[in-house]
Amino acid sequence: MPANIIQPNSTPLQKVDVDTVTLDIIENAMANARNEMDAVLFRTAMSPGIREQGDAFPMIANHEGKMVVGQFGSFITGFMQSYNGEIEDGDIFLTNDPYMCDGAVSHLPDWLVLVPVFKDGRLINWAAMFGHMSDVGGKVPGSLPTDAQTIFEEGIRIPPVKIYKKGELNHDVLELILHNVRMPRWNRSDFNAIVASCRTAGRRCVELAGRFGDDVFSSALGMMLERNYIAMREIIRNVVPEDKRSFEDYICDDGAGIGPYTIRCTMWREGDKAIFDFEGTDPQAPSSVNFYLNEEMFKMFFGAFTINLFDPSILFNDGFYDLVEVRIPQGSILKPNFPAALSCRTHLLGRIFDVMGGLLGQGTPDAMSAAGFSDSPHFMYSGYDDKGEWFQLFQIGFGGIPGRPVGDGPDGHSLWPGFTNVPNEFVEAYFPLRIETYETIIDSGGAGKHRGGNGIRVGYRLLADGEISIHDDRWLTYPWGVNGGDPGMRSRKELVKANGERRVLPSKCDHIKVETGDLVVFDTWGGGGWGNPLERDPAAVATDVVKGLISVEGARRYGVVLDAKGAIDQSATEALRTEMAGSRDTDALFSRGGTIEQIKARCEAETGLPAPATPVWNTAGVH
Amino acid sequence: MSFRLGVDVGGTFTDLLLINDDTGATYTAKVPSTPSDSSVGVLNGIEKICRTSGIDPRQIRSVMHGTTVATNAILTQKGAKVGLVTTKGYKQVLHIARSFVPGGLGGWVIFNKQPLLAPLEHTVEAAERLSSGGEVVTPLDEADIRAKLEQLREAGIEALTVSLINAYASGVHEERIAEIAEEVMPGIPVSLSSRVVPEMQEYERTETTVVNSFVRPEVSSYLDHLEAEIQARLADEVQLSILRSDGGLATCDSASYTPVNLLLSGPAGGVAGAIWFCSRGGFDKVLTFDVGGTSTDVALIEDNHARLRRETRVGDVAVRAPSVDVRTVGAGGGSIAFVPELTKALRVGPDSAGAEPGPAAYGKGGEQPTVTDANVVLGYLPANQKLGGDMEIRKDLAEAAVQKVADAMGVPLKEAAEGIVRIANEHMFGALRLISVEQGYDPREFALCGFGGAGPLHANALGILMDAWPVIVPPSPGVLCAYGDATTRVKDEASRSLIKGFSQLDKGGVVSILEGLTRQVSESLEQQDIPADQQTITWQADVRYQGQALLLTQDVSPESLREQGLGLLQSAFDAEHEQLFSFSLDEEHELVNLRAIARAPRPNITEREWSSQATDLADAINGESPIYFEGADHNATLYDRERLCPGHIVPGPAIVTEMDSTTVVFPGYQAEVDKVGNLLIEPVGRQGKE
Repeated sequence: MPANIIQPNSTPLQKVDVDTVTLDIIENAMANARNEMDAVLFRTAMSPGIREQGDAFPMIANHEGKMVVGQFGSFITGFMQSYNGEIEDGDIFLTNDPYMCDGAVSHLPDWLVLVPVFKDGRLINWAAMFGHMSDVGGKVPGSLPTDAQTIFEEGIRIPPVKIYKKGELNHDVLELILHNVRMPRWNRSDFNAIVASCRTAGRRCVELAGRFGDDVFSSALGMMLERNYIAMREIIRNVVPEDKRSFEDYICDDGAGIGPYTIRCTMWREGDKAIFDFEGTDPQAPSSVNFYLNEEMFKMFFGAFTINLFDPSILFNDGFYDLVEVRIPQGSILKPNFPAALSCRTHLLGRIFDVMGGLLGQGTPDAMSAAGFSDSPHFMYSGYDDKGEWFQLFQIGFGGIPGRPVGDGPDGHSLWPGFTNVPNEFVEAYFPLRIETYETIIDSGGAGKHRGGNGIRVGYRLLADGEISIHDDRWLTYPWGVNGGDPGMRSRKELVKANGERRVLPSKCDHIKVETGDLVVFDTWGGGGWGNPLERDPAAVATDVVKGLISVEGARRYGVVLDAKGAIDQSATEALRTEMAGSRDTDALFSRGGTIEQIKARCEAETGLPAPATPVWNTAGVH
Repeated sequence: MSFRLGVDVGGTFTDLLLINDDTGATYTAKVPSTPSDSSVGVLNGIEKICRTSGIDPRQIRSVMHGTTVATNAILTQKGAKVGLVTTKGYKQVLHIARSFVPGGLGGWVIFNKQPLLAPLEHTVEAAERLSSGGEVVTPLDEADIRAKLEQLREAGIEALTVSLINAYASGVHEERIAEIAEEVMPGIPVSLSSRVVPEMQEYERTETTVVNSFVRPEVSSYLDHLEAEIQARLADEVQLSILRSDGGLATCDSASYTPVNLLLSGPAGGVAGAIWFCSRGGFDKVLTFDVGGTSTDVALIEDNHARLRRETRVGDVAVRAPSVDVRTVGAGGGSIAFVPELTKALRVGPDSAGAEPGPAAYGKGGEQPTVTDANVVLGYLPANQKLGGDMEIRKDLAEAAVQKVADAMGVPLKEAAEGIVRIANEHMFGALRLISVEQGYDPREFALCGFGGAGPLHANALGILMDAWPVIVPPSPGVLCAYGDATTRVKDEASRSLIKGFSQLDKGGVVSILEGLTRQVSESLEQQDIPADQQTITWQADVRYQGQALLLTQDVSPESLREQGLGLLQSAFDAEHEQLFSFSLDEEHELVNLRAIARAPRPNITEREWSSQATDLADAINGESPIYFEGADHNATLYDRERLCPGHIVPGPAIVTEMDSTTVVFPGYQAEVDKVGNLLIEPVGRQGKE
């Protein structure tokens, strides 16, 4: 039964004509309102994850629940269909359960707040935001247990609840929730910040409706949706062919000894409609790396990925959803059956973008980027400091942006919008550790005419006993290169004990005991290269060598021979390039560093870790 | 007799204002700027203003100067070759920055990084380490850093930055490296992060200090040269002061040492000028907007003070230096309008036609339609008006350019022009909202003040959007910065970081810190010949909930704290937090900074005397011209501002022209000339605010 919206004012919003300039003005104002949501959030939130890293995503929807401005698409239509109750002025909803909101948020740490916006007794908008809480309870600090087998182990589950009812906070429910988390003051403050942010958006919507009139305002929002529909129809005709095209990529393992998991997607167009079919994707994992992928969210990824090329200043929204159909097999790692664990979905969420890049890029290789830093690796460290106080650090790692048509991939940056690293001085001031190294890893970017960006090495010197958790990927499969570019270097983690003993850590692990004086070396991976590295200007290679981003030895991957000071040896370079050109496969669109079988065969020798077992349908993980 | 001189160097003109300290009489002059060496323009201007006013240069006792030398060095990427010393393991601190990629999902596809102001090839690592508390963990390896500094010297660096991890807590290693650098490379200016900006956050502190190094040789050679020339031509004891970004005045020496504090010197002068005219007109709460060629700067003035912030932005460069809270939006006279094929939306900016080729109407080869061209098409900028006295406006070229947008949109020419202006206004409106509504201020309680070459063109329209009245157009809106420079009060502040929860603080301790800061800042002004009894002291405390990133600044005084205790600060903070964000928390409050600010008295400048025989308004009329407003044609009367006197009320539709600016008054609005010569635009029939 769908939700019942209580609107004392029963006059429906009328569709009226809006001139272009007014429309553009409203579009601009909505973009500002969204930016203001971010500003309010970052100023008032407390957890480093939100206030410094920006791990939160705002959205404003029209009265029908369609996203007019935001990033991850709307989930309100789905919410209104499944919510079994009344929606009134002053209500605010909170949920974090992916299974209850059709994957609008995809793991329990993401708290989603929904605010219906009323004006003069009528619902005119929705404002919403989800933010990543540093802890929501469950079996490990940080609430991202790789080895969880069901969602019940991953923290407190909040079904959609009215956390405010007609403007009144439901204290009991909030206290009940906060009682179940390890850092309640962070959650309380972050929750308040998200609510404040949504309320700000609500006020802006009411002001705009007041300024232009409710009908003009709501009609303009409708036209903004239509604008996207028209724009995306053109784009789909351009980039999606009628014949089927497939691409697959992987996550390396599930932390439980199985992998790589294949993500396979086939794309084609029927008329104006683009179809994405994930048939051939591997089954759900027994651990928490499953990603409950919302179909609408995937549409959004597709649109965002393509529209930047055409009108980057458009206010991107949901208007084109009818033009895209997404099919995901039930029981696959992208649509696992309840109660599969979901907390560590970040690897798949990131990898989806590589899949999309490879899928779309086949038709327009020149416009295609290589595989990028498609993840947000986590480092968690917790324990009691020397004053006996509990501490809990949650850090996100950054890496190499891939080589792209517009140029080299930046070293050590983020693929996620708005993400920033946390200043190391901040971390050192509030947590018992010192960050001894914070630099990009020489030669880790894939060679190419436009090279991939380098990954980052962070050396954490731990100053208290405790436990660490690591979540990363691409330790086994490579960030692929395109158009003749080489793959980037893979990720690696190592624990160096105070006594000098070294130990390679798995890419995904929890409950690793650490002691004062231990060093954790956390290497992320580089971006893939774009284009034939032999076509790269030797002077550009030499400059990177002088900057310390490529080594003299690494320059040979470009067929460039340098002396120890970085000066180019012209004749040796020509000779090497001629020799290399003979043995290079210049036809391959993608360079993956070998087949999965080959990569697995050399796994232990190269990575120091055993190769995982291949996932199988019907046995692995299906309940 | 003594005189003070304000000098503002802009992109096109250098403006000067000479004020007689005793009588308050003012003289202005305008000469072309000389971008290759702006001191030439300044000296030309001084020569001109003394000649035209008949004043002996030796009577000028102080010169106050707003300069964009530092800003331009950044915008044109023509600063010094900077060497950087970091802690081992942090060589790439600027290269990695905050890992931030602008844009939404997929923004990385088109993002390219700007070159670093201190390139990696000139960055070296010092073997040393401090803890977050400032204790030495690894002592500095002096031989190692000496050898590396020698390499930097050989590489030909022109300025050096030292920025080590945790140096905000202790400058011990930075100071030692500076000593070694002095031996290794005497004469190369060294900037230390622990001196320039002793604040946590390694990237921001390093970037700020590097920017300081980047602009330092250019700024100090400019200031040294200018000071010498001025002393040679004026009196020996003439004092040259430079306007800082925060609106205070700096001595030449201090400006040369930390030029990073001068990045917004120009805009700060404009805001100071606006304060000067608005306050004398009786308006102490004002939103200002300064419309230039490529952008618009907005600021908020409350109680005759501009709001400040701890960050300064110039182009893509953001540094931690206090500045007048001027927000910039990429919409100005030169902003280009276009219609993307796919969406058919009308976009204005951020690309600008700049000074070259400039708007199509300037006839310098520009063909792209700009906001200025739209203003010409609409008649707001009449074709017979000469810009800056000699530049001709070509209406035919403006029309041809705007026609392209009209065709793409499928609307008539004037409708397209009005659309362009409305979108540009909307961008400016967005910036004004950012500093008012979004900070919890109600713009209806403010007056608006428009200046800069194009501000008065958009003033009436922004008044309508903001519902903020009156809209003030000060006299000579194009030389307002020079007024600001000349009328700025000497100001200094002393502050101390505490970063302590209120439960760890006691009233007496806080009061005694405030009193210590008061003595410190008061002595500093006394050294500048401003006796304590003439100083005005105010105090501030920066507060937040422990764990938050924000700081809300609360006004406070030692007396009120003594009487009412620290709870006063907490409740004031809670109230403001509630007002801004709709909630307050039952969390520990944290006192982050305490600050004492001392100000010298305002300069005593007498009012301009208006000619006793009030002229007739009709005498100021010098023609009429068609304008297009809200979809209809109107006939506007043209007025010469030189001939307008206090008490005159100009009814719209009207265009008021003066040498450096043009003010539009729409139908249904009027502009009254107030006692200091401001134009006050208001809807006809609205009661004044006073």
